Amino acid sequence: MSAMKVSVSPHLKGARNTQKIMLDVIIALLPALVAAVVLFGFRALLLTAVSVAVCVLCEFVWEKLMHRDVTVGDLSAVVTGILLAYNVPVGMPIWELIVGDVIAIICVKMLFGGIGCNFMNPALVGRVVLMFSFTTDMTTYALPRVSGALVDSVDAVSTATPLAMLDRLSWADLPRLLLGAHGGVIGEVCGAALLLGGVYLLLRRVIKPIIPLAALGSMLLFSWLFGSPQPVLSLFAGGALLGTIFMATDYVTSPITNRGKWIFGLGVGFITAAIRVYGNYAEGMTFAILLMNVLVPYINDLTMTKPLGGAVQK
Amino acid sequence: MSTRIRLLHGVHVPHRKNTADQAPVRMPVPSVVRIPMSMNIGKPAVPVVKAGDIVTVGQCIGEADGFVSAPVFSGVSGTVKKLEPMRLFHGAVCQAVVIETDGAQTLCETLRAPEVRDFDSFIDAVGDSGVVGLGGAGFPTAVKLKVDPERVEFICVNGAECEPYITADTRTMLDDAELLVAGIGLLKTYYPKARIIVGIENNKPACIRKLRELTAGGERVEIRALPPLYPQGGEKVLIHNTTGRVVPEGKLPIDVGCIVINTSTLAAVARYIQTGMPLVEKYVTVDGSAVKHPQNVIVPIGTSIADVVEFTGGFQAPPKKILLGGPMMGVSVPDTEQVVVKNTGAILCFAEDEGVLPTPTSCIRCGRCIDACPMNLMPCAIEQAFEKGDGAALEKLKVNLCMECGSCAFVCPGRHQLVETNKLAKTMLNQYHNAQKAEAERKAALAAEKEAAEK
Repeated sequence: MSAMKVSVSPHLKGARNTQKIMLDVIIALLPALVAAVVLFGFRALLLTAVSVAVCVLCEFVWEKLMHRDVTVGDLSAVVTGILLAYNVPVGMPIWELIVGDVIAIICVKMLFGGIGCNFMNPALVGRVVLMFSFTTDMTTYALPRVSGALVDSVDAVSTATPLAMLDRLSWADLPRLLLGAHGGVIGEVCGAALLLGGVYLLLRRVIKPIIPLAALGSMLLFSWLFGSPQPVLSLFAGGALLGTIFMATDYVTSPITNRGKWIFGLGVGFITAAIRVYGNYAEGMTFAILLMNVLVPYINDLTMTKPLGGAVQK
Repeated sequence: MSTRIRLLHGVHVPHRKNTADQAPVRMPVPSVVRIPMSMNIGKPAVPVVKAGDIVTVGQCIGEADGFVSAPVFSGVSGTVKKLEPMRLFHGAVCQAVVIETDGAQTLCETLRAPEVRDFDSFIDAVGDSGVVGLGGAGFPTAVKLKVDPERVEFICVNGAECEPYITADTRTMLDDAELLVAGIGLLKTYYPKARIIVGIENNKPACIRKLRELTAGGERVEIRALPPLYPQGGEKVLIHNTTGRVVPEGKLPIDVGCIVINTSTLAAVARYIQTGMPLVEKYVTVDGSAVKHPQNVIVPIGTSIADVVEFTGGFQAPPKKILLGGPMMGVSVPDTEQVVVKNTGAILCFAEDEGVLPTPTSCIRCGRCIDACPMNLMPCAIEQAFEKGDGAALEKLKVNLCMECGSCAFVCPGRHQLVETNKLAKTMLNQYHNAQKAEAERKAALAAEKEAAEK
């Protein structure tokens, strides 16, 4: 009888690996892509495809150059590519988007050791770099092609986002906010598609509801406290849904314990509301998530679980 | 129970109880058995036979060596060929008695039911039965039961059988239900204050029904259906999920008034007290993708894996991994020469695809391991601390509370061997404690020296 393989137990593993989790995230992001194509045309698809290709290529080339195992099969670079593309307006020049992709993958992810090691969300850092480098292109929001768009702007090429005109919104605008008939970056406009993706992630148990609920809840509370004209509608404007459902829940850059997730979510909501109401920027979600990303190691340390029957630490 | 107990974390493992409907079949006596003297936690038994001796079924071939030990009996009749050192599945080496069987299965003449009059004679009988924890731990049962009966408030009879594949306890509960109920009766007699709760996962409705019928109307006995959530049968988990009590770090179940005893263990004790037949054979579930006909087999202790599998019809594919025990906590063995011991509940043989370990990928900090851990530990943080060699952090993370159930490694999407890490981390923590102790002693010695010099 030939020798057997021996290893430490358990000898049975669950079916779910990193690749399958990332695939679920990609599936959850698809409704928003469909909405983007309907609203903004095929250029939205082109931007997303280019972004994904560049992200995957960057990771592949970097790992080849560094003689490391190639990990593009885990699909995390695909997720980063989609998320960054979702964060640019449809008119963004492609080469500028590529700059963002390279920064996201090389500078934020690979330089820190690849998947699992980055301390900030790569797509969001990419977005911030693009915001500062190509401010005009990043803030020129095209009007969706559908009729009955939220703002009948004289300028057919650029329009204001709902966030910039919260005081002029009313509850009657909610359906159009949810369906995406307003200006914004390609992935954030259709709230309904994002919520659908969020429900999928919850049902598949890819994410827990804690961070989105805590973030949206505290955003609502603080927007109201800070005197935002439309605290409730602001949750459906700008990047609130895309950010809380898909970016703040990134495993690597969010706390590992449930209590930590609550703190993280509450912080994201608070900072977002503060920036939206008091800041120079209309949107605060990006900075809120990045700031909380930096605090994650401390939150993790403060929210360690209490082992069952563990003696009290001296 | 009126109070709701919040169940501990766990994972949904596949059940794969393919053999649950098959009553165990007695296999013919193999030509040779090798019975190791160490089949329990504690000291190995001392062999009392020598080469050339004739032995019979039920005859003692190894006597308990001290208190935490258990005697060993022969399950076959035949001639002792030799005593030889044998490497056990967990790597340790002990003496083994090799017996060439004669097939007659002559019963030992001195076998008779022990006289059980009071608590002390009950404990003596349990000790003489050679029974150890058959659920896997192998702790001598008499040692576990020898506590002040007044302190025992709950006895949890473990019929959870939460490991996939294994149905040996299921068959005990069905086929030996009368013995089991007799065992429960013994516990009721000798632990007058104890409530006896038989915890069974609700994926075994037949067992629950049968035991409820047989214990109906009995006071202080409850058959409790538990959700099938691995590791329901872990000692601390079962205590918590049936009584709501938590065994503190470094304490024993009895410190919170509980005793946990496996169903097969209890049935074996009852069998000895009723008939005088000590523990000489086991119900063993033979299953896995490499096995042609999965089934339950009654196996004399000391029979090799090869003999047992051959009896069931052999392999249908070349086995790549063979386990003694379940897939979550069982031990993988290097060859089929390993033998069935007292606490073997299953022989699982897997073909190529299931035998190979998946390649680990980076930790993505998803926290699934934390959600899975019944003890509320943080396996991913323990792994980090271990890689850094940080003994202080391991202490804080309470790695010693890990029962190595494997729930964390089961759910890990990065396929990390977290149980292996925890085992190594426990050793590292031990070294850290030793180093701290040595450092403290060195400082004390220096201080004493200084003091002496000053005088």
